[in-house]
Amino acid sequence: MHIGIDVGSTNTDAVLMKGTQVVSWYKTPTTHDVTSGITSALTNLLAQSGAKPSQVNAVMIGTTHFTNAVVERRRLSQAACIRLGLPATAALPPMIDWPPDLRETIGNHWYLAHGGHEFDGRVIMPFDEQEIRGIARQIRAKGVDSIAISAVFSPVDQAHEHRAAQIVAEEIPGADLSISSEIGRIGLLERENAAIMNACLRDLAKAIVNSFRQSLKEMQIDAPFYISQNDGTLMSADYAEKYPVFTFASGPTNSMRGAAFLSGVKEAMVVDIGGTTSDVGMLVHGFPREASLAVQVGGVRTNFRMPDVYSFGLGGGSLVRRDPLLIGPQSVGYELTSKALIFGGDVLTTSDIAVAAGVADFGDKQRVAGLDPAFVQDALDRIQTMVAEAVDRMKTSAAPIPVILVGGGSVLISKPVQGASEVIKPENYAVANAIGAAIAQVGGETDRVFSLEKLTRDQALDQAKQEAIEKVLAAGAEPGSVQIVEVEEVPLAYLPSSAIRMHVKAIGDLRIEG
Amino acid sequence: MRELRAQNIRDIALGAAVLGTGGGGDPYIGMLMAIQAIEEYGPIHLYSLDEIADDSLIVPSAMMGAPTVIVEKLPKGDETIAAFQSLERYLGHKIDYTMPIEAGGMNSIMPLTVAARLMLPVVDCDGMGRAFPEIQMVTQTLYGISSTPFAMADEKGNSALLTTTDNRWTETFARTLTVDMGCTAFIACYATRGQLLKQAAVAGTLSFAEQIGRTIRETQAAHGDAIEAVRELTHGFRIFQGKVIDIQRRTVAGFARGEAVLEGTHADSGHELRVQFQNEHLVAMRDGEVVMSVPDLITMLDQEKGEPVTTEGLRYGFRVVVLGIPCDAKWRTPAGLKLVGPRYFGYAIDYVPVEQRFRSE
Repeated sequence: MHIGIDVGSTNTDAVLMKGTQVVSWYKTPTTHDVTSGITSALTNLLAQSGAKPSQVNAVMIGTTHFTNAVVERRRLSQAACIRLGLPATAALPPMIDWPPDLRETIGNHWYLAHGGHEFDGRVIMPFDEQEIRGIARQIRAKGVDSIAISAVFSPVDQAHEHRAAQIVAEEIPGADLSISSEIGRIGLLERENAAIMNACLRDLAKAIVNSFRQSLKEMQIDAPFYISQNDGTLMSADYAEKYPVFTFASGPTNSMRGAAFLSGVKEAMVVDIGGTTSDVGMLVHGFPREASLAVQVGGVRTNFRMPDVYSFGLGGGSLVRRDPLLIGPQSVGYELTSKALIFGGDVLTTSDIAVAAGVADFGDKQRVAGLDPAFVQDALDRIQTMVAEAVDRMKTSAAPIPVILVGGGSVLISKPVQGASEVIKPENYAVANAIGAAIAQVGGETDRVFSLEKLTRDQALDQAKQEAIEKVLAAGAEPGSVQIVEVEEVPLAYLPSSAIRMHVKAIGDLRIEG
Repeated sequence: MRELRAQNIRDIALGAAVLGTGGGGDPYIGMLMAIQAIEEYGPIHLYSLDEIADDSLIVPSAMMGAPTVIVEKLPKGDETIAAFQSLERYLGHKIDYTMPIEAGGMNSIMPLTVAARLMLPVVDCDGMGRAFPEIQMVTQTLYGISSTPFAMADEKGNSALLTTTDNRWTETFARTLTVDMGCTAFIACYATRGQLLKQAAVAGTLSFAEQIGRTIRETQAAHGDAIEAVRELTHGFRIFQGKVIDIQRRTVAGFARGEAVLEGTHADSGHELRVQFQNEHLVAMRDGEVVMSVPDLITMLDQEKGEPVTTEGLRYGFRVVVLGIPCDAKWRTPAGLKLVGPRYFGYAIDYVPVEQRFRSE
């Protein structure tokens, strides 16, 4: 058996699965320390299913912590960026196009150094060891110990980034280094942005991954655990500590894949209504539709492969205000069960509206009996309109399309959604996200240089694809489910004979034993 | 005369990527530089072609190189000023205006940084009405205007001044130097007096780029069909809709060359479109047959948002709509086609205007 966990900003959901069957699930508020919420979810999950900790073979965790930390500018560490490229690139220094508040939150520490490469592998300027040492000492003097390192054309030649990393590690023992060529693709600003975001999340990553580890230990679950990545595949916990930025957008990916799995519908719009926000995305052949354009995270431009998701501030914990009627984007978040009217609090939330209207039944409905029925109806209609507008926004044609509603907050929707051919609320809809984590996929990557002396470019590409497919099969993918999701080619004009660097990623469903 | 501020720049950048036909360099970089310059030096003054005096001296400023390189090796910042000022010194006359050499891509915006920094007004016109890969491919060439004296500069502080017998030679020499400069160089060239420019240039193209950008932005905000809005505004045609299944790019001889292969979706299911490019898209081949070529504009727009996608930004799996947009009439003359028609780029085909093959919907 294996367990999928989704740690959201409002709820922590856990689901126990046997093969592709949902055995049991449990939902509990996320706690400030993260650990106790997970422990509580797991305790209840195991208790109600009667399963023993030793029967758990694997734990897959999806978390929105890192995305939320950037979006909300909370729990981010100070981070510095060293870019090698002078005299080029000075016109647009690191973080140039970032929202100023985010730049200030992480300290706006950036340094430009000589170095980097031309497109053909020549150096722009020689690497200057003393210059990097000097910068590293300045960073150390500021007390910053998480450093992103970028260099012009580092996907073509990583040497300067690696040399700089080595020197920084000598000058700042124990520093966390985020090297751009390990994180992103061609496009200096976007790759560097990803590296800097990774750098400011490293402390948080250690804390969160440690919370996960702690919870599992307390539960005496000795199985390996994995964290979901943005493309629906898994990474090991150790890897996640170093590359938290790869969890960005894993939340929507998990909920969309979970929705496809639960409903059996492959072409649909998925609306995941959580506690604070709703995500809307389209399923094409059972997979999240990918965004084609540069995706912003917390206002920062990146070039990650990410699902095309529209998020807006509607959830089960959204604040409802009157005169004029206003819903969200503020939310009571994980404090729903203490602050909402139905739970004895004094804040009017969307959950109170749903209970007052009789479309949902939880908490104490007597506490909302006094709300004006006309106002309750108006608020409910507004919620319905917000969802319909979001669905419309993400549609590619005017034709009606099935809408799959998932997430705990989907109790707010009680009527047909305008523009939907049908509204599907699958069984276990409330934990689609955790199920998405549990049915996570495995990936296989090949990233190496091919000489084009004896191969044609197409033969090299076929070979690279074949290698990636073999790797994903070896990693345990179901053969029929494998598909190529990423092909990235970097011509290396500087090598004596023509050569290319091919990066191919294949993913497939994890073959799950009974 | 009107003033250009940050929002105008953003709209121009978006629209210029449509006119860039896949090339011209991602205007994002140029946009950041221009906005920075405006914040520092104040708004830019934009004059229409008929507002400028016949005896005024106009010098376009631009960047040359491969778009695949520009996204990595960002400018130092003053190369463009260096090239411009070196030409001014050589000419021995005060330059009155600058202008874009091409309306497509990054070069629509590059002169705006020069303008803001030197407090020089800009003329609302260009030499292409789109983007093209080579120096001589401008309407100025059709009117006998020389590209030289031609100034170029790199980020290391190197600069060069060329004088040549024709604009094709300028391309040859400048391209070689550009490769040595690391595939990006900043240039100032095609110095012209107002009277001749009024005949030779494609008028109003910066404003047109801005209008395209504004249309995309406003249509998106109203949840409308941005692709259709762009098609209508540019009098274009829907050529193909599909998913990118392969993309090859090489930085060869100072250009980004390659091919994108699209697998048809929607009405184009079961068909394939190959788009070949030399910085800019040159020809589109449907199931092996050329259906569109230069000098008409072949542009890819993101299927969902209607925003233009450049060749260096194109990736496996992208879903796009390909639009065909008629080029400026100056390019459809025998001299124009000789300069930028399909045969110049090595295709043994005759140019067929896009509107003769496709019907507007």
